[in-house]
Amino acid sequence: MPDQTITQEGARQIERLRNRSGLALGLAGTVAAVIVLGSGLVFLARTDLPKLLTALIAVLWVGGGLTGLYFGLDRVCAHAGRRTANVLQPAMFVGPALLMIFYFLAFPTVRTFYASLFNHDGSTFVGLANYVRLFTEPFMLVTFRNNLLWLIFGAGFTTVLGLAIAALADRSRYENIAKAIIFMPMAISLVGAGIVWKFIYAYRDASLPQIGALNALYTGMGGEPQAWIAQLQPWNNLFLIVIVVWLQTGYAMVLFSAAIKAVPAEVLEAASIDGASELRAFWSVTLPMIKSTVIAVSATVTIFTLKIFDVVLVMTGGNFGTDVIATQFYNQYFINRDFGLGSAIAVVLLLAVTPVIVYNLRNIQRSEER
Amino acid sequence: MTARPVPRSRLGRLAVNLPLLVLTVLWLLPTFGLMISSFRTPDEIQQSGWWTIFPHREWQISETLTPEPGLERNGVMHVAGVTGTFEQLRTGVTRPDGNRVVWIGNKRAGSVLVERQQWTVNADFTLQNYIDVLTGKEYQLTNAQGLSRTLKGDDLSAAFFNSLAVTLPSVLLPLILAAFAAYGFAWLRFPGRGIVFAGVVSLLVVPLQIALVPVLSDYVKLSLNGTYLAVWLAHTGFGLPLAIYLLYNYIAALPRELLEAAVMDGATHFTIFWSIVLPLSAPVLASYAIFQFLWVWNDYLVALIFVGSQPKVQVLTMRLVEMVDSRGNDWELLTAGAFVSMVLPLAVFFSLQRYFVRRLIAGSVKG
Repeated sequence: MPDQTITQEGARQIERLRNRSGLALGLAGTVAAVIVLGSGLVFLARTDLPKLLTALIAVLWVGGGLTGLYFGLDRVCAHAGRRTANVLQPAMFVGPALLMIFYFLAFPTVRTFYASLFNHDGSTFVGLANYVRLFTEPFMLVTFRNNLLWLIFGAGFTTVLGLAIAALADRSRYENIAKAIIFMPMAISLVGAGIVWKFIYAYRDASLPQIGALNALYTGMGGEPQAWIAQLQPWNNLFLIVIVVWLQTGYAMVLFSAAIKAVPAEVLEAASIDGASELRAFWSVTLPMIKSTVIAVSATVTIFTLKIFDVVLVMTGGNFGTDVIATQFYNQYFINRDFGLGSAIAVVLLLAVTPVIVYNLRNIQRSEER
Repeated sequence: MTARPVPRSRLGRLAVNLPLLVLTVLWLLPTFGLMISSFRTPDEIQQSGWWTIFPHREWQISETLTPEPGLERNGVMHVAGVTGTFEQLRTGVTRPDGNRVVWIGNKRAGSVLVERQQWTVNADFTLQNYIDVLTGKEYQLTNAQGLSRTLKGDDLSAAFFNSLAVTLPSVLLPLILAAFAAYGFAWLRFPGRGIVFAGVVSLLVVPLQIALVPVLSDYVKLSLNGTYLAVWLAHTGFGLPLAIYLLYNYIAALPRELLEAAVMDGATHFTIFWSIVLPLSAPVLASYAIFQFLWVWNDYLVALIFVGSQPKVQVLTMRLVEMVDSRGNDWELLTAGAFVSMVLPLAVFFSLQRYFVRRLIAGSVKG
């Protein structure tokens, strides 16, 4: 049947032509999108337009440029051969994100580690000397002591209070409003929270009326006004820790609350029929059942606490013996301009949080497999 | 997920609600005090605590006397119905009728006040603090001693819009990139997928501090530092691992049949992503967007390193820290300023709380 052969041949040719024009269109779209993205980058870096307008342009640029890029690449994939598509498709979906992550996180980690092996201005290789200094300098030991205080009291109080409030709220008619109030500080910046609490700790001479709530309370009970965040070292750290406990207890509470609600009511009923009191039931039924959440929350809170920076900077600037690892990094790198030691401190911070997150991720993976 | 009954006995309810009440009041007071103070006049803030806006008893002057010139001031004296030494009178001596007699000033030329305790409220509120802090106009402040000083307010409105300009693209950019990447990891088969994904997730551990410096040195070479583009890109890079991890968990759990049916119909991956996966992922996209919004808006460290304190570009958190440093005792400005910085996140937070909480529960590994 020759006619049909010709038609098939013709159809194939038309198909090939369509593929080719589709490919050309897709390539053109991709190139156009790359040009838009690239020139946008240059424009946005140099522009002097009003800030908010620039941001709106950026939003359009990002949205339009990326959509164009993905759309163009998709056309190319659809019309190019199967083998090309199999390579191109994953590259277009995960490629841009991977590039960003590599440049902003993976590569800098290597560079910072490399810099930590050099002296203060990066000119001479010193091996591990910065790490030796890091663990012997007196000011570093104070820093580590403070981080330990933060860890014990900050992470500890947050977890315990979060658990207590979640358990109480679960049994109250006012659950929602109570939880919203405890959770609210999560929306406030650490800088804003710093101001809130600076006002509470405000100190004035005994001859003047006290406007800080804590000193007003303290003098009202017959004490002399105190500069809470400057004196009583190292316990002044506790006054900074309170701020972060206030800020992140809501986070712990929300997670604990969800876990507590997932405990089957029948189990608790059985416990109460067996004569267990509320407290007893919580301690020996609820708590063991939410153990994995307790671990996950304390791990997250620990990481957050280890990296604490803004609060200390706003409240004391690291003075009065309140420096922590993150502020010490800032001091050494940007104020003292000791690039080697600063980098070494950052590496130590990474090493400190790594086991916690690895443990946490494993925990989550295990619960997903179940 | 059965709701458990509240305790039946009155005592049981009290045992739950009383501690809860105490804790919520404790949690609310710091913000409440700040908000009240931001509406008080500078003089009021300096002279009394914010709690004096509630009815309280306070000594108020009912009479001012000048001691007779001939009064013997060394030793015990009789003034205005009380007896006492100069030192005792300085701190105040209470009369049998409940009034208090206080000697003001020095021994020679002082005066004597008779004070009565009265119920009072300090309810003198103003919006002036906000006007000062937002417009940056000059204003005069006269203190109790009659000394006046001229101060320039803080132009927080510019910083507010700067914050907005930093935040919006910093939320959108990682959201788009992460959505595509999460889809790729969840639904495309390619060699090394598992390893690469594990690598991305493991980067959750990298603290910002470690990445700041090398990126900063590149920015300086490219003279990108101090531009918003620099911050947008940095926030995107730093935020991507968490974003991908969260979106992946959600997208990978979508029903497979849905996508297989679409492939059967000849849809490309882009079409599937665009018209099926993206709409279905709206809740997780929203919760990540809210989280990233709060994170970037409240961020101080990244802004400090990459934007700097140039007044033209500086964001709210930077401006506030500067205010704390330069005018740590001007509480009328600090309280109003802090409140300005909280308004938007609090509004976002309360209107979209549901999504935000869901994100927290979904991924408690934020590094």
